Amino acid sequence: MLFRLLVTTKTFHSIAVVMVLVFTPVAAWGELVIRVTQGNDKPTIIAVAPMSTNGIQVLEDISAIVESDLLRSGLFKIIPRQNMLAFPQNADDVYYRDWRLLGSEYLVVGGLKDSEGKIELSFSLLDVTSQKTVFKHRVTGTEAQIRDLAHLVSDKVYKEITGIRGIFSTRLAYVTAELNDDKFIYRLNVSDSDGAREQLVLESTQPIMSPSWSPKGDELAYVSFETGRPAIWRQRLVGGQRIQLTNFSGLNGAPSWAPDGNKLALVLSKDGNPEIYLLDLTSNKLSRLTRHFAIDTEPTWTPDGKSLLFTSDRGGTPQIYKLTIASKVVERITFKGNYNARPSLAPDGRTLVVVHRESSVFHIATLDLKTGRMLELTETRLDESPTVAPNGAMLIYATKQGGRGVLSAVSLDAGVKYFLPAKIGDVREPAWSPFLR
Amino acid sequence: MNISVTKTGLSALCLSLVLAGCSSTPVEETMSDIEDTTVQTVEVEMEAEATAVEEAPVEPTMSAATVFYFDFDKALLKTESRAALVEHAAFLMDNPRSIRLEGHADERGTREYNMALGESRGNAVKEFLVLQGVSPSMIEVISYGEEQAASFGSSDAAWSMNRRVELK
Repeated sequence: MLFRLLVTTKTFHSIAVVMVLVFTPVAAWGELVIRVTQGNDKPTIIAVAPMSTNGIQVLEDISAIVESDLLRSGLFKIIPRQNMLAFPQNADDVYYRDWRLLGSEYLVVGGLKDSEGKIELSFSLLDVTSQKTVFKHRVTGTEAQIRDLAHLVSDKVYKEITGIRGIFSTRLAYVTAELNDDKFIYRLNVSDSDGAREQLVLESTQPIMSPSWSPKGDELAYVSFETGRPAIWRQRLVGGQRIQLTNFSGLNGAPSWAPDGNKLALVLSKDGNPEIYLLDLTSNKLSRLTRHFAIDTEPTWTPDGKSLLFTSDRGGTPQIYKLTIASKVVERITFKGNYNARPSLAPDGRTLVVVHRESSVFHIATLDLKTGRMLELTETRLDESPTVAPNGAMLIYATKQGGRGVLSAVSLDAGVKYFLPAKIGDVREPAWSPFLR
Repeated sequence: MNISVTKTGLSALCLSLVLAGCSSTPVEETMSDIEDTTVQTVEVEMEAEATAVEEAPVEPTMSAATVFYFDFDKALLKTESRAALVEHAAFLMDNPRSIRLEGHADERGTREYNMALGESRGNAVKEFLVLQGVSPSMIEVISYGEEQAASFGSSDAAWSMNRRVELK
């Protein structure tokens, strides 16, 4: 069911128009086109034979989606389809010698069949060297879920070969700003992690900022200026119901969903300057966590939910601090460089990702909290808003290219890089969803 | 061999369901939790255009500058801003009205930190006006951080135009 809400709010000097959309596509597929600019040194060589459709009409090339997923991870080299001598559908049809000659280490084969009106995709991963079937698997879905089925193939293959859980079935939230007759239109969008199937979540004539996923991936918290002031909202993705959570004077910003899903860390300046607060989403009880005259902002949770990392300029320049919630004890974490901000932790709880300034250029960097080693991951300028994939292998961040905001991805070891350029407007503030299934 | 995968855009697909559950199962089992929800097309009406009204200024006007600029990562009032603010303060005390100080930052640095910086700049202007005798209850400070640039581009010139407080 479509649900749409048009809110017109009179503000001090302008009229904000906000439109909430429930996952209704605004554009055809491919708003974000991906180009891999750098890959891994020793990729696994894999061939993905075109899936046999067996007469079923599908509007997507499943094998091409799988190839694109694996390529984007940077850990694979793909055998081009035009080099293949045959397109086998299952292990019995495979002449391993042909694939060995192509240099392939692994081969994915599969085919579709109709299953009570749904599409059933059977696929196998074959080890070309040992000439053995690694696994055989089957997924079923509707025609509209063809891309989901393809991403499940990628997840399964990636997990089997790398040992790491795949993120091909996850999603991205991001904000776009498009100039339209001298005025910006701000949009909060959600897409698949490869940029396909972009969907509008919220559209407004006033800024939208700081999207944060609920741990279940079914809701977003964000900042919207639609009332003429910044306020924090939460919105369900399916159904589109939304609630305004804060309406304090001053800043209402930087919402960050706790790992247990029951609390939000956020920033309010109602008592004079920006402080970190905790909002209990069940009782709506608000508790203040920091007490300092400096700027305290950008809270993010440690995976155990017991501590927050945040940005503070209490030492003179913006640096990362850790706050233990139970004791309220604050300790400084970063010391290298005169600007470290917007912390986030990889799922291992050990790799800290920050926006780091070195000689007036802003990069994304990681800090190993155990060894203290800092690694700059990016070499573009004005890099910001890093968001780590739920498997900790990659992160996506916002940067500028040709004067326009674009999203870019880099692996946490800096070995793999790709851009996700948008066709329209400025893209910013990516937020990678948690695992969704 | 029967290969007939078509590679086209998928607007048709986009119009039906999107976030239904979909999970993988081992061989010989099929998924049962897929829901097929139909989502209707949406007509995007820009009702904004029909209802947008420009608000005309009703207060007596004055000629003093209404935009005050700041140095990078600083929220200290510049000396050259003071004269105009003294004029505004005197004018506001004679013609009381609620004012709004909108604080802004340039694009460098993180967005939420820049929200805090924009607010510090707004507060610096507010404190100066209050010292001149303007009632704090008449002043609201709103930060837009780096979200509403006055000048586009990534040059020193553009950035210096964007680190500002606008008195409205």
